[in-house]
Amino acid sequence: MNFPILSLITFLPIIGAFFIFIFSSDKTESKNSIYVSLFTSFVNLFLAIFLWYSFDKSTSEFQFIEQASWINGFIKFKFGIDGISILFIVLTAFITPICIISCINSIKQRLKEFLIAILVLESFMIGVFCSLDLVVFYLFFEAGLIPMFLIIGIWGGPRRVYAAFKFFLYTLLGSVLMLVAIISIYWITGTTDVNEIYQIKIPEEFQYLLWLAFFSSFAVKMPMWPVHTWLPDAHVEAPTAGSVILAAILLKMAGYGFLRFSVGMFPVASDYFIPFVYTLSIIAIIYTSLVALMQEDMKKLIAYSSVAHMGFVTLGIFTFTTQGIEGSIFQMISHGVISAALFLCVGVLYDRVHSRLINSYGGVVNILPKYSMLFAVFMLGALGLPGTSGFVGEILVLLGAFQKNYLVAILASIGIILGAGYMLWLYKRVIFGKLEKKELLDLKDLNYSEFSILFILAVLTIIFGFYPNLILDTIHVSVDQLINNYQTNLILSTLK
Amino acid sequence: MESFNFFLPEIFLSMSIFMTLLIGVFIKNSYGIVTKIIYAVIIFLILIIGDNFNDSLTLFSNAYTSNSLTNFFKILILVSSIFTLTISQNYIKENNINYFEYSIILLLSILGMFVMISSNDLILFYLGLELQSLSLYILASLDRDNLRSNEAGLKYFVLSALASGLLLYGCSLLYGFAGSTNFETINQNIDGTNIGQVVAMVFILVGLAFKVSAVPFHMWTPDVYEGSPSSVTSFFAVVPKIAGIAIFIRFMQIPFQGLVDHWQPILIFISLASMILGAVAAIGQENIKRLIAYSSIGHIGYALAGVSTGVIEGYKSTILYIAIYVIMNLAMFACIFLMKKEGKYCEKISDLSGISKKNPILSICLLIILFSLAGIPPLAGFFAKFYVFMAVIKENMYALAIVGLLSTVVSAFYYLRIIKVIYFDELQLPFDNIKNLSISFTLFISCLILVSFFIYPSLLTNIIDVLSIN
Repeated sequence: MNFPILSLITFLPIIGAFFIFIFSSDKTESKNSIYVSLFTSFVNLFLAIFLWYSFDKSTSEFQFIEQASWINGFIKFKFGIDGISILFIVLTAFITPICIISCINSIKQRLKEFLIAILVLESFMIGVFCSLDLVVFYLFFEAGLIPMFLIIGIWGGPRRVYAAFKFFLYTLLGSVLMLVAIISIYWITGTTDVNEIYQIKIPEEFQYLLWLAFFSSFAVKMPMWPVHTWLPDAHVEAPTAGSVILAAILLKMAGYGFLRFSVGMFPVASDYFIPFVYTLSIIAIIYTSLVALMQEDMKKLIAYSSVAHMGFVTLGIFTFTTQGIEGSIFQMISHGVISAALFLCVGVLYDRVHSRLINSYGGVVNILPKYSMLFAVFMLGALGLPGTSGFVGEILVLLGAFQKNYLVAILASIGIILGAGYMLWLYKRVIFGKLEKKELLDLKDLNYSEFSILFILAVLTIIFGFYPNLILDTIHVSVDQLINNYQTNLILSTLK
Repeated sequence: MESFNFFLPEIFLSMSIFMTLLIGVFIKNSYGIVTKIIYAVIIFLILIIGDNFNDSLTLFSNAYTSNSLTNFFKILILVSSIFTLTISQNYIKENNINYFEYSIILLLSILGMFVMISSNDLILFYLGLELQSLSLYILASLDRDNLRSNEAGLKYFVLSALASGLLLYGCSLLYGFAGSTNFETINQNIDGTNIGQVVAMVFILVGLAFKVSAVPFHMWTPDVYEGSPSSVTSFFAVVPKIAGIAIFIRFMQIPFQGLVDHWQPILIFISLASMILGAVAAIGQENIKRLIAYSSIGHIGYALAGVSTGVIEGYKSTILYIAIYVIMNLAMFACIFLMKKEGKYCEKISDLSGISKKNPILSICLLIILFSLAGIPPLAGFFAKFYVFMAVIKENMYALAIVGLLSTVVSAFYYLRIIKVIYFDELQLPFDNIKNLSISFTLFISCLILVSFFIYPSLLTNIIDVLSIN
C-alpha cells in the first residue's frame, strides 16, 4: 500500500479550510463555505470508511505505515494504524459532518471562521489517532487546543472567556509534563517511534515517573476526578457543535493515549498504579453521578455524566482483561455517539427557547413528539439499557472488573444505578408533565436536517447495541496483543 | 592580503557610515536618500559575508576571528535590521523623527555588534560592546522632544554604564589572572582554582546578562521599550538580542570553558528567574510594548537555558531559539506598526478590542504570532522550545526543564489574554486601513515561516548544524 491514505485523511480537512479561507472572503458567500466544508468532511468520511473496509482485522501489526525523515533525521514523521486507532478515525470523520450540519442553523455570526476552525480541528484530531511517533502525537494533541479555544471563546455563551481559558490552561499544564517525559524517553531509548519503544522496553526504574507524567496529561484530558472541573464549564459555554466534538472525540484522545502509550510503553508502572486508577475511577463514577443528579443545567448534567462514563473507561482499561479493555473501547465509541446526540438534543431545545435550564421546560412531549422519541433512545443509551450501545460497553467493563476486584465492580455498578437515576429524572422533568410554560407552546418539531442527524445517531446506537461485533471484531486482535505484551512484561519483571 | 577579505565587511561598513554621514550633512532633508543608500549597504554586506561564509580565520594576532558561526550571526543581524528598518519607515516619517542620523547610528551599532561578535580578545570585545551601547543610548532618546524617550535613553545609559563598569572590572581581573586578554590564552590559563577567577567571571556575566536583559538585570527593559519610539523598540527587541546571545555563547565556549562548574549554576538561576519573571510580570501589563519587553525577558530565559547546558547541542538549540524569536518579534512589530486608529498609533492592548471583525487578516496574523510566542505546536515557537528542552533534558537538568515548561503555561495566559481581546471582545474602533507593501510582506513571510516550520524543521537546523561551534 504505497498510497499515503492516512496523510490524505489527516490533511484533507486543512486543505478544505484553506480553500474556505482563500476563496469565500465575502460575507454573503457563506453558502460556498458550507458546501466546501460539507464536501471535504464527507469525502473524509468516505475515505475513513474505505480505510476501515480495507483494514486487515486479522493482524495486530500496524498497517498503512507512512514515514518520512522529519526532525534532523532522529525523529521520524510516522503514521500508522492498528485495530484500536481505526475506530477513532472513523468516529472523528463521522462526527465532523454532523457538527457542520448542526451548526449551519445555530451559528449566527462568523460562520465561515467557525467552519474553518472545525475542519482544522478535525485534521488535528485524526492526526492524534494516526501518529506512531511520540513527538508527532504531542504535536497534534496540543495543536487541537488552538481551534477548540477559539470555538469556545468566540461562539460560546456568557461565561465563555472563563471557560475557554480554563480549558486551555488546564490541558496545557497537564501536557507540558508529558513533553518532558517524551524527551526523556528519547534520551533513554534513543527513539520516539512507538513501535520501537514497544520492542526496546523502557527500564523499570524510569517507568514510574514517566507513567505519572503521561498520566497527568491524559487525566486532565479524560477528565478524571479531581481535575475534571474544566469540563462542565467548557461544555456549558461551548456552542452545540463545540460540545459535541469535545464530548465525542477530544475526551477519547485521552483514553486512546492510555491504551497506546501508558499501557503499551509502561506495563510495569501501569500494573503498579492499578489501585490508584481504580480509586480515581470509582470516585469519578459515584461522585460525579451524584453531582449530576443535582444539576439545574442540562448541558452541565450531561457533562458530569460524561465524567462518570469516562470513569468506566479508565476502570476498564486498567483491568487488563480482554473484556475490560474491549469494553472500554466500546464504551468510548458508544459514548462518542450517544453524548454527541445528547448535546445535539439539548442544542435543539436551546436554539428554540434559548435556555438550558431544566425548569424552563416540561411537557415537551406534547408539542415535539418526534424529538421526544429520539431523545428517549439516547437517554436510554446513556443509562445503559440492554439493546443500546451503552449497555454493551458497561457490561463488558464490569465483566472485566469482576475478574479482578469484587469491591470495585460492585461500586461501579452503583454508578449505573445512579446513572439511570439522573438520566430518567432529566427526561421526566423536561419531556413529561403538563405543558405549562407559555413560551413552549409554539415550538416547531425537528426540521429535516435535525431529524436526519438524530435519526442516524439513534440507528447507530441501536445497531451497536444489538450487533457489537461490528466494533469488537476490529479491535479484538490488537487488544489481545496489548494484553499479551502487558503480561509478558510483568512476568519478565518478576523474574528479575 | 588574502586575509583582508575577512575583515572586509567591517571596513566596508565603516566606510559607508562616513560616506552617508557626509551626504547627510551636505544635502538637505536627506533622510530618504540616506535610508535608501543604507538598504543597499546592508544588502551588499549580506552578499560579502555570504561569499566567505564557511571560511574561518583569525586576524590581528588572534584578536579577531571570522568563522561560519560569527558569519551566521552577522547575517541574522543584517537581515533583521533591514526588516526593522523597512517596517518602521511609515512610523518614522509620521512621528517626525526622520533625522538622517537615525539610520547612520543604526549602522554604527551594527558595526559595534560585528566587532563584538568577532572579537577574540577582551579589549576588542569591550570596544565593540561600547560602540554598540553608545549608539543604542542615542537611538533610545531619538525622539528628543518627547519626555518619555529622553527618560528611556537616560535610564538606559545610566544603568548600562554601571553594567559596563562591572564588566570592565571583571575584564581587568581576568587579565590579572590569565596574563593575557586573548580568549584562547585565558582559556588555557584559567582553571577555577582561584576564587578571584570566579569573581572575574561573575562580573563579566553580570555585564553580559545586562545586555541581553536577563533577570535580575532586566529593570531597564520595560521602561526603555515603552519610552523609545516604536521604530527603535523594534530594533531593540531583536538585533541587540542576537548580538548578546552570540557573545554569550562565545564567552561560555572559549574563555570560560574551564569554569563550567562555576558558571553553570549561575546561568541556570538567571535563566529560571528570567522565565518566571517574564511569565508573571507580563500578566498585569496594559501597554503592548511593555508586554513585549517582559515577554522578551522570558524568551531570553529560554535561550539561556540552552547555553546553561554547556554542551554543543545546547548552544545550537539557543541559536535556533534566537533565530525563531527574531522572526516572531519582527512579525509582532509589523503588527504594531499597523495598529493605527484615526491617524494615531496606539499601544494599548485594549485598543485591539474586537478588531477581528474588521481587520481579519491582521487578527489571524496576531493569532499565529501569539500562539507561536506561547510555544503551542505546530507553530515554530514550539520547536524552538522543543530543541532547547531536548538539550536541557539530555544533560539531566530536569528541574530546569520542568520549571521552564510550567512557566510557559503561565506565560500562555497573557498571550491568550491578547487573543481574547482580539477575538472575544466587542469591537470598539477598527484600525485604519494601512496599505504598506513592506509591512505586509514582512508579516506574510514571517507568519508563513511560523506556520509551515513544522513541515520540515530540519531546514534551519541543518544550517545550524554545520556552524563551527567547538
